[in-house]
Amino acid sequence: MRFARNSKILSVAAIAAFTLSACGGGSDEAATGENTDAVIVVDGSEPQNPLIPTSTNEVGGGAILDLVFAGLVSYDAEGAPQNEMAESIETEDAQNYTITLKEGKTFTNGDPVTASSFVDAWNYGAAAKNAQLSSYFFESIAGYDEAAAEGSTVETMSGLTVVDDRTFTVALSQPESDWPLRLGYSAFYPLPEGALADPATFGENPVGNGPYKFAAEGAWQHNQQIELVPNDEYEGPQEAQNAGVTFKIYQNDTTAYQDLISDNLDVLKTIPTSDIKNFKNDLGDRWIESPYAGNQTIAIPYYLENWDGEAGKLRRQALSMAINREEITDVIFNKGRTPAKEFTAPVLDGFSEDLPGSENLEYNPEQAKELWAEAEALEPYDTAEPLTIAYNADKGDHKTWVEAVVNNIKNNLGIEVSGKPYATFKEVRTEATEQTLTGALRSGWQADYPSLANFLGPIYTTGAGSNDAVYENPEFDAKVSEGLAAESVEAGNETMNEAQEMLLEDLPALPLWYQVAQGGWSTDVENVDFGWNGVPLYYAITGK
Amino acid sequence: MAWYIFRRFLQLIPVFLGATLLVYFLVFSLPGDATAAICGERGCTPGVVAGLREQYNLDEPFWIQYLLYLKGLLTFDLGTNFSGRPIAVIIAEVFPTTAKLALMALAFEAVFGIAFGLIAGMRKGKLFDSSVLVLSLIVIAVPIFVLGFLMQFLIGVKLGWTDPTVSGDPTFTELLLPAVVLGLVSFAYVLRLTRTSIIENISADYVRTATAKGLSRKRVVVVHVLRNSMIPVVTFLGADLGALMGGAIVTEGIFNVNGVGLTLYRAVLNGDGPMVVSIVTFLILIFCLANLLVDLLYAWLDPRIRYA
Repeated sequence: MRFARNSKILSVAAIAAFTLSACGGGSDEAATGENTDAVIVVDGSEPQNPLIPTSTNEVGGGAILDLVFAGLVSYDAEGAPQNEMAESIETEDAQNYTITLKEGKTFTNGDPVTASSFVDAWNYGAAAKNAQLSSYFFESIAGYDEAAAEGSTVETMSGLTVVDDRTFTVALSQPESDWPLRLGYSAFYPLPEGALADPATFGENPVGNGPYKFAAEGAWQHNQQIELVPNDEYEGPQEAQNAGVTFKIYQNDTTAYQDLISDNLDVLKTIPTSDIKNFKNDLGDRWIESPYAGNQTIAIPYYLENWDGEAGKLRRQALSMAINREEITDVIFNKGRTPAKEFTAPVLDGFSEDLPGSENLEYNPEQAKELWAEAEALEPYDTAEPLTIAYNADKGDHKTWVEAVVNNIKNNLGIEVSGKPYATFKEVRTEATEQTLTGALRSGWQADYPSLANFLGPIYTTGAGSNDAVYENPEFDAKVSEGLAAESVEAGNETMNEAQEMLLEDLPALPLWYQVAQGGWSTDVENVDFGWNGVPLYYAITGK
Repeated sequence: MAWYIFRRFLQLIPVFLGATLLVYFLVFSLPGDATAAICGERGCTPGVVAGLREQYNLDEPFWIQYLLYLKGLLTFDLGTNFSGRPIAVIIAEVFPTTAKLALMALAFEAVFGIAFGLIAGMRKGKLFDSSVLVLSLIVIAVPIFVLGFLMQFLIGVKLGWTDPTVSGDPTFTELLLPAVVLGLVSFAYVLRLTRTSIIENISADYVRTATAKGLSRKRVVVVHVLRNSMIPVVTFLGADLGALMGGAIVTEGIFNVNGVGLTLYRAVLNGDGPMVVSIVTFLILIFCLANLLVDLLYAWLDPRIRYA
């Protein structure tokens, strides 16, 4: 394995030896076609929980689960669902689904993948007594509310019924035509029998049915690396094109970048902010910029006096028009983001960049001033509560762009604004959840599954889990429900976009830009591509 | 002497209790709800939050939480961190690496610091003296992360003498560069301390006496001057061991070393009380032991100091 090779000794003796041995380095394979025998070393982060699909809610563990497990469907590079374990997913009313599994699919321990593998795993995930972090993914299934209520001891959802080994039915509590789109998300993966008897132990060495499996018992060396090898039993669209993927765990991207440019790391999925300006030079043609389903916004809570009511709405619009998205994405992100035109993301089916109201997201300092003055006429701005934009300083690099937005607003509207850093993520989250924020909040969303509804329902419907702005608009809620209940996803998308028009008018949050994955790879690999969600398609990477 | 050591060990008990209580309280008082860190960007449902609070005793008041932790500690059960992993296992994983790194850094700063300091002190005002003084000033003035990234880039990336980062279970040679970076600032201090101490002692009466007795220059310098000059240096090195063990966060981050410093940093960010307290307590014990060792070394260095 590549990075386990002995490092050259750093001593006077080695300096002498270095000049002699330097010629021996490098690859001696000729660049012939595709090499599927290579083990690919990629950057990862330490999974925060045992690798149980329903208890993993962060990217570090998610990347591993996506390779070790296969759900009913998976997503192709564009985000279109393709059948994995499912033979068919059928419905007539978008509310009652009959799911038939393919024959002869097994887990890597030899157990068959049956209807119960799914139903038991989902029930486990939903039940409050198991405290699974991704529990809310099952909220559409009938009986979820009983199982997931605080303190509930109910272990199963009434909507799930096993018909036979290869068939089960799902009843939703309301029609949702985009529900099958969700089934490729990791929370919906099946588990082999017995996995849930001791989840903590299973999560250390998970047994799955996906394109890869753990190289050996204990392949997860905590905070160091996770070694995966292809699962030879797997047949499907994500078949491994290499001899294994090793996730090397890094504490920060800057360090990983140093390893990338010295060929100790094969694929880096995020170029660190400090190297945004020079990575294209450093890497020659070994980099990619790939838009993915994620966005960045600034949520402004309605419980703030200045930002509620009719005057609040005008002020929100003024604020939005005072931000020069084009310039910030160019200068600060070196075009590594694209200015937002609405509330979802461009890689999704149904995305439209010229919805009525999208002009509210265009830079227009004159109109911003006018709108602000209009709002002043209605109700004077309480300067005792100057606007702040809260962000967390421990993860991600938000300071630079928040400052840029602050300057935009200051210069164009002449009001007092400032960035408000919080030391830790949990601190700012706690205030958001308890609705005690004293200003706006940097926010954003990364799709769990490729659907417009995923960008609207969980964030802007009344009482939704991530509705940090506390936006309450019954008309909007009704539109979203209507869109979900549409007979097809396409028909639903139109309704979703109508719902978006309300958001563009009200601006519970100011959409800023869409995320673009910026990654790079070493001289040892090729065929590196990123998926719709900004994660490299690990299975497709080949050696040189 | 044995009685003295025994007494010093007895002192560890109140230190230990006080430290755990204080640190536990500090972590408890950190703003923000620990479950918010576990739930991440998406948040959890109220049912899940309630389950997590129960699992990690977060719904209990401070005293109960602390006593539950102490109870576990006395039965040699450090509990689990917020990822559900046993804390004892995590410490066993990260501690050897950091110990290796810290000892290497300590050896580096002691050997080179004392040697350079000795030569500089003996040749006070000469070219060598002036140049190491300037160099050490630069080292002290430049922040460690600048030095770290610079050396990583030059030696690891540009020259390729070593990999820019260390592997999971780092070898001695892999840790050389991180250890040098980690020990660099202290090296400058040791150098300056030694130099000053030597200059002071070299004109002392007993040195003149030793020279007058006809002892060789080498014997005078090594046995009389150097040995007597070591007391402030040893004090510094003892205290520095503790700092190196827990304070290697920056260096560990730059070279991707899976060590105590980074583990502690992550635990603080997540408000992972039991994890933070366990690591800090562990560091305090090491610190106390290192100080005990320093005190014993005094007696060896200066026969006038006696412990009874």
